[in-house]
Amino acid sequence: MSHTFTLDGKTIPFEDGQTIIQAAIAAGVFIPHLCYHPDFKPHGSCKLCTVKVNGRHTASCTMRAMAGMVVESETAELNAERRALTQMLFVEGNHFCPSCEQSGNCQLQATAYHLGMMSPHYDHFFPNRAVDASHPDVLLDFNRCILCSLCVRASRDVDGKNVFGLSGRGIGTHLIVNAKSGQLADTDFSLSDKAAQVCPVGVILKKRRGFAVPIGERTYDKAPISETANGN
Amino acid sequence: MKKKLKVATTSLAGCFGCHMSFLDIDERLFTLLEHIEFDRSPLTDIKTCSPDCDIGLIEGGLCNAENIHVLREFRKNCKILIAMGACAINGGLPAQRNHLPLTTILEEVYHTSPGLANGMIPNDPELPLPLNQVHPIHEVVKIDYFMPGCPPSADAIWKVLTDLLAGKEPELGHGLMHYD
Amino acid sequence: MHAEAVAGIVDRVVSQYRRDPTCLLQILREVQEACDWIPPEAIDRMQLLLGVPRTKIEGVAGFYAFIYTEPRGKYRVLFSDNITDRMQGNRVLMERLCNSLWVERGKVSEDGLVSVGKTACTGMSDQGPGMLVNNYAISGLTAERIDEIAELIRSKVPLADWPPAFFKVEDNIRRADILLNADFKPGEALLAARARAPSDGLNSSNMRSWREGLPSGIGGPAATLDEIKRANLRGRGGAGFTTGLKWEACRNAPLKAGHQRIVVCNADEGEPGTFKDRVLLSKCPDLVFEGMTVAAYAIGATRGFVYLRGEYRYLLDHLNTVLSNRRRENLLGKDICGLPGADFDIEIHVGAGAYVCGEESALIESLEGKRGTPRNRPPFPVTNGYLDQPTIVNNVETFAAAALIALNGGEWYAGIGTKHSAGTKLLSVSGDCARPGIYEYPFGVSIRQVLEDCGATDTQAVQVSGPSGICVAADEFDRIIGFEDIPTAGAFTIFNQSRDMFEVARNYVHFFQHESCGFCTPCRVGTSLLKNLMDKLHKGAGSPYDFAEIEKLNTLLQSMSHCGLGHTACNPVLDTIAKFRPYYDKRMMQQDFTPAFDLDRALSAARQMTGRDDAGAHLATEHGGQS
Repeated sequence: MSHTFTLDGKTIPFEDGQTIIQAAIAAGVFIPHLCYHPDFKPHGSCKLCTVKVNGRHTASCTMRAMAGMVVESETAELNAERRALTQMLFVEGNHFCPSCEQSGNCQLQATAYHLGMMSPHYDHFFPNRAVDASHPDVLLDFNRCILCSLCVRASRDVDGKNVFGLSGRGIGTHLIVNAKSGQLADTDFSLSDKAAQVCPVGVILKKRRGFAVPIGERTYDKAPISETANGN
Repeated sequence: MKKKLKVATTSLAGCFGCHMSFLDIDERLFTLLEHIEFDRSPLTDIKTCSPDCDIGLIEGGLCNAENIHVLREFRKNCKILIAMGACAINGGLPAQRNHLPLTTILEEVYHTSPGLANGMIPNDPELPLPLNQVHPIHEVVKIDYFMPGCPPSADAIWKVLTDLLAGKEPELGHGLMHYD
Repeated sequence: MHAEAVAGIVDRVVSQYRRDPTCLLQILREVQEACDWIPPEAIDRMQLLLGVPRTKIEGVAGFYAFIYTEPRGKYRVLFSDNITDRMQGNRVLMERLCNSLWVERGKVSEDGLVSVGKTACTGMSDQGPGMLVNNYAISGLTAERIDEIAELIRSKVPLADWPPAFFKVEDNIRRADILLNADFKPGEALLAARARAPSDGLNSSNMRSWREGLPSGIGGPAATLDEIKRANLRGRGGAGFTTGLKWEACRNAPLKAGHQRIVVCNADEGEPGTFKDRVLLSKCPDLVFEGMTVAAYAIGATRGFVYLRGEYRYLLDHLNTVLSNRRRENLLGKDICGLPGADFDIEIHVGAGAYVCGEESALIESLEGKRGTPRNRPPFPVTNGYLDQPTIVNNVETFAAAALIALNGGEWYAGIGTKHSAGTKLLSVSGDCARPGIYEYPFGVSIRQVLEDCGATDTQAVQVSGPSGICVAADEFDRIIGFEDIPTAGAFTIFNQSRDMFEVARNYVHFFQHESCGFCTPCRVGTSLLKNLMDKLHKGAGSPYDFAEIEKLNTLLQSMSHCGLGHTACNPVLDTIAKFRPYYDKRMMQQDFTPAFDLDRALSAARQMTGRDDAGAHLATEHGGQS
C-alpha cells in the first residue's frame, strides 16, 4: 500500500492518523504555522499552515494525510495569503518588536521574516489591552496575544489547571485567567507549568530574565524559523 | 554620466536612529554619492524638497500635525517613498501611548505631574498639535517600499538602496530582515 | 441583589439542569433571566456546583451576545438592525427611545434601569421594525408604541405585565402548499412509518434498529429511510445536503458503549431576513417534532434536541407544552406508539445571540455548553457529534417535510417540485413589497413569480438566502428557486429602485463582523478590516486603493476561513460590486490614496485641551497620493 502523498512535488511518507503537517515535519519539510505544536491537539485557528490539497485550501494541522494526495505549500499564492494573515495578526494586537523581550525568539516575528513581511500593510487597530504583572514570577502582556490557545491547551491538557481560557467573541476574543480578580497571581499558575513554556509570542514572560541573551544572538537571529527546531 | 538620483530624507516622530544607521554605511557613502545627491535632509540642512526628488526616506511615525505636513510634502515631491524603520512602519515606541487618551496624557504631563507649579498646556500657534494617536505613515499616504528594523542595519539600508538603484524590487533576506 | 439571593437562584437553576455542565449555556441564560445579568458571585457558585473552571464559565458567557457579565439594566432593549429594519425606520425609533429615556445608545442609563442597543435580525422582517426586551420579541414598532414602551420602562412595570398585544407575532402566511396546508394529526406520520414495515418480525427488527441500527432494506426504520431517500429530500438550511444520505451515515456509524444516536433540530434561524422556521414552530410544531421522531425511528436515535435561537425565546413555553402533550399521547418517551424499545425524547435548548451557532458543528458545541466555535472537520457530526455520539442536525423545515414524507410516501413527495429539487420551499419574503410574509412554493418557482405574487414593483434586486446567499439583479429574475439554480435557506429580501445597494452590502458586512466567532485569523480580523473599508467608502473617503483592498480581502476570506461564515462574508460585497458597481463608483470620489482616518478629527483632543482653533490647529483631509 502506498502510504505517501506529494508535497510540492516531493514524495512524503506518512503513518495512519498523521496530519499533513506532522508528516511534512517528519520528512523535514517546513510549513509555516503558529497555533500548531507537536505536543498538543491541533487547534486549526491561525490558518498559517493552510495548504492546497487537490486544489482546495485546507489547514494542514487538522487534515489527515491520505495516500495519493497532491499537496501544494510553497507557492507564491499561498505564501502571499499567509503573509496577509501574519499582517492581520500584527495590526490586530500591539506588536512593538524593539521593546519586546521575546524579539528574536518570537515565532510570529520569525514567521513574518520567513514570509518576507516588510510591513503590516493594514491599518492598525491599536487595541487597549492590559499588562498583568501581579504574579511573582511571570508577567502577562496581553498586547501581543495572537489567540493561538497554546497556553490554554497546555494548562488544561498537561498541567490539569485551566489557568487560561478564551473569552469574548469575534474581534473581541481575548485571553483570560482563572481567577475572579482576573489576576494571574490569584491562580495556581507556576513557572514550572507547561503553559509557561509554550507561548509563541511575548505574552507569557518570565520575570527577572530580561535580555539575558542579547538581541542579535537569539534563536531566529541565528537561523530562519524554517531551519530551527521550533519550525519542526 | 547618468543623472544622479535626488534623495530626500527626514525624521518625523522618530529618534534619528535610522539616520545614524544610514551613516553607518560608512565609506559606502562615497560609492552611493556617485549615484545620488541629497536634497532635503538633516544631512544637508536643506529645508524643503525639490519638486523632482526621486527617493524619499521617511523615518518616524506621525505624532503631530507637522509630521503630516512634512510627510505630504515628501509624497508630493518624491517619486518613490520609503518607510525607514519601525516607527514609520507601525508607529513604534511613540505609538505605545496609543492606549491612553491624549487628554489624560496632556493632563498628566502638564498639570498633575509632581514638581509642576501653575502648569499649563502649551497653546502657542507656532507649536504643532499632537494627534489623538500616533500612526504609521502608510495610513496617511501611499508608501512604495518598507525597510523594517529599529533601526534597519546599515547593511539593510545599503541593500534596499542598491537594489533600487539597480532597478530591482528591494528584498531583505535572513540576517538583514529585522523588526528589532 | 445580595450574594445569598444570587446563590439561591443559581442553586435552583443548576439543580433543575441536574448539575450537568453540558447545560452551562442554559444555566447562564436562566440565571440571567432571574438576575438580569451574570454577577461574579453567580459564577462563583456555578464553579462550585458544576465543578468547572471559571475560565470555562467566563469563556462561554463572553461568547454569547445575550449573556451579560456586566449589568445592562433591568430592561435590556435591543433593536433589530437588519437592512429591512433600517428600511422600516428603526434608527429614528431607536433615537426616539434613547431620547425619551435619557440613555445613550449602547450604554446603561445612569440609574441602571435600562440599556438600549442593537442586535442582528430578530426574525421579524415581515413585520418590522422589531426589538427584543429582555430577549422577548416585539414587532411592528411605531413611534406611538415606542412612547408606550418608554413609559412602561420609566414606570418600572414588570415585563410580564406589559400589554400582551405588544408581543403578538403574526404568521403572515400568504401562500400555503403541502406543508402549511397539511391536515395533520399528531402521531399520523409515525403510525404510517411503522405501518410501512414489512410484516415479518416487526417488533424484533425494530428493537434491534433502535438499539444498534440495521442493515439496509429490513424493517420499519429502513423502510422509512428508504422513503426519505425516494423522496429525494435535501436539507432546507441552505447547504442542501441529501437528507437520506445524512441519516443513513448516522445510522451506520458505529456506536461506542454507553453512546446513543442523537437527532438535532436546527432552529437557530439567524440568517438576516429569514423567519420561516419561526412560523413553522408557531403554526405546526407537532409536524416538526413528529419529523424529528420519524428521524429518530429511522436512524435509531434516542435523544433529541431543538436548538431554538435566543430571539425566539417567546416560543419556548408553548413548544414545551406541545412536547408535554406528545409525551402524554405516547408520541414521545418510552415505547412510542406501543413499539417496544422505541424510546425518544426531545429537549429544547435556547441560544443566546450567536449566528455562527447555525453552523451544525458550532451548534453542537453550543448544545454541549461551550463557546459556539465551528469544529474542525472531519470527523463529521454523523459519526462524532453531540458528546462524540453519532448525530444528525437538520433544519426545522427538513423535519416538517420528513414527517409528511413518512405520512404520504417518498414517491408522492418526489413528484412535487423539479427533478433536482423535490418538494416545496418556504420563502420568507420581506422588503419592498405589498404583502410580506411566508410563501410556500413547489421548487422551480421563478424570482419573477414570487415578486408578482407578493406585490413587488419597481424591483431593483432580491437578496436570496440572506447575506450569505446571492444578490439577484433584475436581468436574472427568470432564474428559479431550486438546488439546480438558486438554492436558498428561505430569505427573500426585496429592494426597489430607491435602495442603495452599497448600503445593503455594508449592513451585511457589519452583520458578519459582529457575528464572526473569532476563532480563525482571516475571519476574525478580515471581517473587521472589511467593515472599516466599507465604512470609509460610506463616508466618501474611499479611493480605488481601498476598493482594491476590499477585493483582496474578499479572496483571502474565501480561501482561508475556517467555516462558511468567513467564506460567505464577502458574498454581498462581491455580488453588489459585480452587479451594482455604480453605487461603489459614486463613492470613490477620490482618485488618489486617502488617509485611513479623519486627519482633522485626529487633532480634536489637542484642540480641546489647548483651546486653539487657528488654521494651524486643523488639517485638511486632502489626498495623500502621488499627483
